[in-house]
Amino acid sequence: QRCLSLIKSTKFLNAYITVAEETALKQAEESEKRYKRGQPLGVLDGIPIAVKDNFNTAGIETTCASNMLKGYISPYNATVVQKLLDQGAVLLGKTNLDEFAMGSGSTDGVFGPVRNPWSYSRQYKEKSVPKSHSEDKDSNWVITGGSSGGSAAAVSSFTCFAALGSDTGGSTRNPAAHCGVVGLKPTYGLISRHGLIPLVNSMDVPGILTRCVDDAAVVLGSLAGHDPKDSTTIQDNFKPFELSDLTDVSKLSIGIPKEYHAPGLSSEILALWSKAADLFKNAGAKVIEVSLPHTRYSIVCYHVLCTAEVASNMARFDGLEYGHRSDMNKSTESMYAATRREGFNDVVRGRILSGNYFLLKQNYENYFIKAQKVRRLIANDFVKVFGSGVDILLTPTTLSDAIPYMEFIKEDNRTRSAQDDILTQAANMAGLPAINVPTALSERGLPVGLQFIGRSFQEKQLLTVAKWFEKQVKFPMIQLDEVKRHDHGVFQHQKSASFLEHRT
Amino acid sequence: LCLWGHPYLNSIFLLFFFFFSLTPWVPVVGLEIHAQISSNSKLFSGSQVQFAAPPNSLVSFFDASLPGTLPVLNRRCVEAAVMTGLALNCSINKKSLFDRKHYFYADLPAGYQITQQRVPIAVNGSLSYSLCIDNKMSQMVTKTVRIKQIQLEQDSGKSLHDDVRSQTLVDLNRAGVGLMEVVMEPDMCCGEEAAAAVRELQLILQTLGSSQAVMAEGQLRVDANVSVHHPGEPYGVRTEVKNINSIRFLAKAVDYEIERQIEELESGGTILNETRAFDSKLGCTVPMRDKEGKQDYRFMPEPNLPPLILYNARSLPANMNHQQVVNIDWIHERLPDLPSVKRAKLVEQYGILPEHSFTLLNEAGLTEFFEDVIKQTQMKPKKVIGWILNDLLSYLKQHSLTVKESPVSSFLLADLLNRLEKKEISSTAAKQVFAELWKGEGKTPLEIVKEKKLQLIQDQEDLERICQAVIDGQENEVMAIKSGNRKVLNKLIGLVQRETQGRSNPVLVKQLLEKKLSE
Repeated sequence: QRCLSLIKSTKFLNAYITVAEETALKQAEESEKRYKRGQPLGVLDGIPIAVKDNFNTAGIETTCASNMLKGYISPYNATVVQKLLDQGAVLLGKTNLDEFAMGSGSTDGVFGPVRNPWSYSRQYKEKSVPKSHSEDKDSNWVITGGSSGGSAAAVSSFTCFAALGSDTGGSTRNPAAHCGVVGLKPTYGLISRHGLIPLVNSMDVPGILTRCVDDAAVVLGSLAGHDPKDSTTIQDNFKPFELSDLTDVSKLSIGIPKEYHAPGLSSEILALWSKAADLFKNAGAKVIEVSLPHTRYSIVCYHVLCTAEVASNMARFDGLEYGHRSDMNKSTESMYAATRREGFNDVVRGRILSGNYFLLKQNYENYFIKAQKVRRLIANDFVKVFGSGVDILLTPTTLSDAIPYMEFIKEDNRTRSAQDDILTQAANMAGLPAINVPTALSERGLPVGLQFIGRSFQEKQLLTVAKWFEKQVKFPMIQLDEVKRHDHGVFQHQKSASFLEHRT
Repeated sequence: LCLWGHPYLNSIFLLFFFFFSLTPWVPVVGLEIHAQISSNSKLFSGSQVQFAAPPNSLVSFFDASLPGTLPVLNRRCVEAAVMTGLALNCSINKKSLFDRKHYFYADLPAGYQITQQRVPIAVNGSLSYSLCIDNKMSQMVTKTVRIKQIQLEQDSGKSLHDDVRSQTLVDLNRAGVGLMEVVMEPDMCCGEEAAAAVRELQLILQTLGSSQAVMAEGQLRVDANVSVHHPGEPYGVRTEVKNINSIRFLAKAVDYEIERQIEELESGGTILNETRAFDSKLGCTVPMRDKEGKQDYRFMPEPNLPPLILYNARSLPANMNHQQVVNIDWIHERLPDLPSVKRAKLVEQYGILPEHSFTLLNEAGLTEFFEDVIKQTQMKPKKVIGWILNDLLSYLKQHSLTVKESPVSSFLLADLLNRLEKKEISSTAAKQVFAELWKGEGKTPLEIVKEKKLQLIQDQEDLERICQAVIDGQENEVMAIKSGNRKVLNKLIGLVQRETQGRSNPVLVKQLLEKKLSE
């Protein structure tokens, strides 16, 4: 209930598209009953969660922040949603995103942009320079990053304890960094994509957003494993793990890829990155510079492969079976054309056109095949580095802290995506697990995170290292008035959710 | 070069062509055959496969292309394709891939079809089929057509255009049903060859059980690629003829198209690389509505399906779960006898003619019926086959019945044939009994024989007495016979037959009369 009222008071963040108040309360009630009987369904029983609005939820609207699916009520739950519900989790609602997950700001959905909760934090307000008296004090709010901005904001503002995002080029880690929360991108094939409305089938993964690394491990444990409904999940048995407290990092080898010193990287973040490396070094770990030479090609490679798959995946939206259907009915073709023009925003339409261009017979070899080859090279870069004895890579997650919305929209979606994805994109190309850990506040009082990239299916090692790092940096808690008001001493002392103690 | 392949007609046709054209034409026919896989559920989803169900009652979330749904490959469909590939002498690709073929149409919910364009499941096979020359079954020639490949792909739904109400009705029951596309190289040269090849393929599929291949139910659909050229010159522009829904129409459509192209080219025109439909009422091919000109299908690998890996006994890892894999060798070992093998066995075992074996296999259930009769009768198979093909089959055809629906069971027929063998009745009488049995009134042959008094006189003395009586009463005829006019003997035989009401064995009567007359 606290979460629900907090959602209401933070409505200005626009983090939620749909709040499922009634069902959530009912779920919470059931959960209470189970606890009273001493029979909780699992570790997540009663824990309030939010789900990005590109996951299918039965009976609750799934829109992908698009006119194409406004009002669409799916008849089935995505596998990951079902798993959470089976554990007794309480589904608070669906969170906001860039339309069809295309974007890096969570600004391009039909329900409007998501505001970063840190825009209203004392930390940011203290550091921000007031422009003039007449200016609306709201106008310099900063973006959440994207495309899972709603989920990141929901977790960051304490309206839920964990949220599902999706990650195709960095869409979970990017907003996690800007909102000061943990954002985990699991290995491709570890978690089922059944029910996740796809952007790029060969790169998408469900992402996990939480306030601490331990929580991420718990959620991962509930979600990972083979799903017969998703043929790209691995068949091996997955065993949920508990994170041990790492005390000795001397056996670790941390790689610092030099190409991640990308153009446009703020000096602040560069310094933080360096500090983090020193942290490991001083604790006895082996810290070495490594090279991933094909990093600089990943953005163009991603552009070709992503738009091609988008063009293909969006072909099903014709207004015939579900979703928006135009009133134009002169012919099937004209109905299709009008439906798609009305239903999709410019970003989606742009990517479809590009993708179809690359897939044309005369272009296929030069673009699509070439991009696939480059993708293999990028993936091989990682294989070589991990093969040479490096355990974990340490890189920045974003080029800078969150920028104000008014500045962000000065450039178009494509430009922004290309800029912002540079540090996160390659992990999707290679299918590797990666995690953003909130590290420190920038000079402007906004969160900055650092990224760890691990070996395929070695989430345990990745999270163990991340947890150690988290403990060292002691990232501060957000000081939000709204949160304070709803908090009866509970949130203050627990940055994390000990799942067993907190229920709605 | 195939110049109609008929040794006798060759010369006639050459003359024909020299008369009416400067150089002969070589027609070239290739086929793309879509066979619906006989399976409980669809290729990538669990919804049921069933003919003529209420519209949109067999549609899963995946079939309707609901966002977020993913394909899951149906094992049975893979096995069906492997079986078919092996039966057609193909190499089975141990690794094959799935692709998306994109186009917009109301019956294609996802906007793309999942197919195998880059690497299909089976390649480089062959199919042997037989043709009869001169439409007589007596001379058969064997031909071979190369199989380019077999690929797994999804069937589309059905759309019905209602021009009156300006609407299109879409039924997705068929959307996603598994298909095997069998591509036959352009090794055929006329409608008859195409029809024979398809017929043989149909029999093979039905024998394997991989497809029920009933064209009337849309389980087997054939597109024909037709072109003509002068010998020694490159192949001509080809047209594709679609919407052929029977083997008979296939032959007609192909032959019509060949003729049309020849006429067109000889009058100075050109052939367009177009798609044509076969109008069965008019008996001709017509251009189809030009949908979108030349289509670029923007093929792309299907990212949600990993490569399909098949194993054989050698490559199968020891600890692999057998439920999880398809073993080519295992399937090979369990292949049933193919039609060609079955026919050879029938000929060898029963001493029947090759063309008989074709007819037996061509009719569902007829071979089993034949073999059942053989088991229950002493009559030699060579004689039984005549009854099966000439009597039973012609009655069935006349009444448009299948073997299963035959009012005469194998038991009854065998009984009848036994009595004929034991000379209890004459062969003419037997035909009469058969006609009675056909009425299906539940009477046995014995009952009918008794009822119609058809039994042959068995008492030799009795017969001799009658013969003598006839001889005694026909002095003139007897004199004529004795003076050399043998033909008159038939009249005497006829008289004996009349006297005995047809119940005398004419062969025996002839013998007796001759014996008496020579005394």
